[in-house]
Amino acid sequence: MKRMSMIFRAKANNALDRAEDPRETLDYSYQRQLELLQKVRRGVADVATSRKRLELQLAQLQQQADKLEGQGRQALGAGREDLAREALTRRSGLQQQIADLQAQHAQLQAEEEKLTLASQRLQAKVEAFRTKKETIKATYTAAEAQTRIGEAFSGISEEMGDVGLAIQRAEDKTQSLQARSGAIDELLASGALDDPTGTSKDDITAELDRISSTGDVELELQRLKGELGSAPAPQAIEGSTAPGGSAVGQVNVQKEGQA
Amino acid sequence: MIVRILGEGQYHVPDNEVDALNALDDAVEKAVTMADEPTFRNALAALLGHVRAQGTPLPAEELVPSDAVLPAEDASVEQVKELLTDEGMIPG
Repeated sequence: MKRMSMIFRAKANNALDRAEDPRETLDYSYQRQLELLQKVRRGVADVATSRKRLELQLAQLQQQADKLEGQGRQALGAGREDLAREALTRRSGLQQQIADLQAQHAQLQAEEEKLTLASQRLQAKVEAFRTKKETIKATYTAAEAQTRIGEAFSGISEEMGDVGLAIQRAEDKTQSLQARSGAIDELLASGALDDPTGTSKDDITAELDRISSTGDVELELQRLKGELGSAPAPQAIEGSTAPGGSAVGQVNVQKEGQA
Repeated sequence: MIVRILGEGQYHVPDNEVDALNALDDAVEKAVTMADEPTFRNALAALLGHVRAQGTPLPAEELVPSDAVLPAEDASVEQVKELLTDEGMIPG
């Protein structure tokens, strides 16, 4: 702890020693402070943007999880336990992602709060520095100013060093998160998750649609048969036992073999 | 004395707390040297906790250098080592 404060002090002193008239250093330093303040504000904005994007993704993932749960229920209602199981399995995968992202969101929010506070602290110190520098420049000769400047300078350097580290941290966090966000966007864009444009259907939706439309057709068939007064058909049972994919494949292979 | 906790700001800590702080700081330094992360975590939390409990936050517009600078609560051993050697930390 002694060593670390020494580092801050040494840097401030070095900067002062380089200047011919320490009063010039004051103006230069003030410019640097304003630049850093700008950078911190941009940093806060960047973190906020990342946080908002994360919130959007979380909402999308949650929506998707809810939809899968509904589909699971629907599939179970249709007597398709296999389909329901598939939907719930996917949902649990999503839940994991959601929990993970929620943790990241909390971290980012904490980072944003810290950075906001740091930026407020720096702003107050920059303001104090500006007042002090004007007083020093107006009141003291170069020689006298030296010691006064040293203190103000050390104080502000330290704050700048601290806030500089805070920005760096926030930048690192948002960068790793942005890579993560890209991966989730890809996931959202792929068939595995909901397509917000509704143009492509994932396989569970397609299967559920097929079940319900098959059901509708069967009902319609029964109705028509009823109207025609024919017997309720054993046909319907035959129709509902759809041939499996592998059976079709075998038939094809046999045909090809024969040809 | 004035103590800065990185990422949190400065605290004014009564001078009669210096011995207690030094003892806590020794524990942190030892853990850093041994690169013992769990011990370091506890030691750092104890040190920072003491500063927060015994100190009063310095007003933001106060412009004074700190007598001691402490790492942030979530800093790792590696980061503290870097802080102790890093050259590019302070904008000039």
